[in-house]
Amino acid sequence: MSTTELKTFEEALESFDPAMGLEVHVELSTLTKMFCGCPTEFGAEPNTQVCPTCLGLPGAMPAVNAKAVEAAIRIGLALNCEIAEWCRFARKNYFYPDMPKNFQTSQYDEPIAFEGYMDVTVPVEGGEDEIVRVAIERAHMEEDTGKSLHVGGATGRIHGADHSLVDYNRAGIPLIEIVTKPITGMGEKAPAVARAYVAQLRELIIALGVSDARMDQGSIRADVNLSLAPKGAGGLGTRSETKNVNSLRSVERAVRYEMQRHAALLSSGGSVLQETRHWHEDTGITTSGREKSDAEDYRYFPEPDLVPVAPSREWVEELRATLPENPTVKRARLQAEWGFSDLEMRDTVGAGAFGLVEQTIAAGATPTAARKWWLSELARRANEAGVEITALAVTPAEVAAVQGLVDAGTINDKMARQVFDGLLAGEGTPEEIVASRGLALVSDDGALGAAVDNAIAANPDVAQKIRDGKVAAAGALIGSVMKEMRGQADAGRVRELILEKLA
Amino acid sequence: MPARAEISRDEVAHLAELARIDLSDAELDHLAPQLSVILESVASITAVAGDDVPPTSHPIPMTNVFRDDVVRPGLTAEEALSGAPAVEEQRFSVPRILGDEQ
Ligand SMILES: [Zn+2]
Repeated sequence: MSTTELKTFEEALESFDPAMGLEVHVELSTLTKMFCGCPTEFGAEPNTQVCPTCLGLPGAMPAVNAKAVEAAIRIGLALNCEIAEWCRFARKNYFYPDMPKNFQTSQYDEPIAFEGYMDVTVPVEGGEDEIVRVAIERAHMEEDTGKSLHVGGATGRIHGADHSLVDYNRAGIPLIEIVTKPITGMGEKAPAVARAYVAQLRELIIALGVSDARMDQGSIRADVNLSLAPKGAGGLGTRSETKNVNSLRSVERAVRYEMQRHAALLSSGGSVLQETRHWHEDTGITTSGREKSDAEDYRYFPEPDLVPVAPSREWVEELRATLPENPTVKRARLQAEWGFSDLEMRDTVGAGAFGLVEQTIAAGATPTAARKWWLSELARRANEAGVEITALAVTPAEVAAVQGLVDAGTINDKMARQVFDGLLAGEGTPEEIVASRGLALVSDDGALGAAVDNAIAANPDVAQKIRDGKVAAAGALIGSVMKEMRGQADAGRVRELILEKLA
Repeated sequence: MPARAEISRDEVAHLAELARIDLSDAELDHLAPQLSVILESVASITAVAGDDVPPTSHPIPMTNVFRDDVVRPGLTAEEALSGAPAVEEQRFSVPRILGDEQ
């Protein structure tokens, strides 16, 4: 395989203006599928959540899930979209075994929501956050496809496989596809804008409570369209569509990579092929997929088995009243409430920990403590485990409980880290882990007093300084006591005892 | 769709490709005119529909037929797979897939 030529990111920006289009698929967390009553639980045994409708058996008829329509309208409203007064489902025809019907029920020229926008807070390196308004083209309802395992190929990919195994549990789960208009004029900020958009959209989806929005489980998936136009020329170049970019970091990397790849092709007099590209998380590159079909190749036509959806204006207004606070407004409000600096807030959001910190504070921790544990300790562990921070087996309530134990003097910060080890290993509640791992601080003044006496006896010079009023010298004695107690003492209490004895 | 009763040989060839049907030149020569005849017959219905008959995708003027989000029992894996020509690891086994994921 020949290696792909790349320009550097800076070279790409010298000669070209990037344009992006982002398509985000959100898998709704309804109890049942879009068009049938099958359950939607993640991770069930293959082909155990299926029925004649989602298997496309002859004669089976679809029936629309009211909750999914409601979620679609709420997402549309939260994105400042207009809601269609009347719209239909359409069949998208293609032959691929992930849809047993040989078509996907989707929406085509009549999406339920259209013409919206989202104001995205984009972090700027070394500067103030910038607000970028991303125009939303549409949000429409459709169904997810089944999952294929390709057998016989070296890499589990389709090429070289000799047959494929299909599980239809996921086929028919409600999806909302949210499509932006082309995002232009971003220049070097393009990768950061793409990431910030997907991150903020994900926050919005979580706030709406319509999906668990787990990128690592595919319940929110991004496709990145990218094209380059000669600098200052305006217009849009030929685009590539990079599919299934499954982490926020990868959204940013995929935009950057495609900019560099397109720039190399265009600078050498070549042209960009309109095609889908596969994103490789491990190597950070894209490889060629199939040539992109024209929309007409899908031979869309209105779904004859379903009647139109015509949400009454009363229903739309009822749903508008259920919308959560606008995330940008909420972020500003909470930043002021928590007393975080811009940088602290940006780090919290950037780590994907905004909601976690919020819930930890709600569970009783101080803002500083909540941020400290999630950003310094747990972000590192998520990174080491290669999972998103929200996927860690530690809940905000547990983090608040650990901090509560620190505040009560039961454990210190060092022990708290061991409690997190225990929580991640599934050893029980924080209190149980403190007990089973023997982590409690020695609060018994008898044992502490003896250690303090030993420290004073061993360091007469230091003791004399403290007697003479040089209280700062107590640090040396505290260190000595902590060493004898193997760290299992409350440093504040040790200091009190030293000063009492040397008063 | 406009009332167009012609379908070209190239269009039939393209549709066959989309449908993953391998047609020989002789079959294309044979089928293209037949499909044109079918389209002509359908087009004749358009001709008799007056201005008072709007185009529709559903014969009954209904909207908002919804189902509550309540789980209903479906099929067991055994039942689901009982009609499959080949099964492996409790999944439908299908021949090598031509082309790429949609
Ligand atoms: Zn079903």
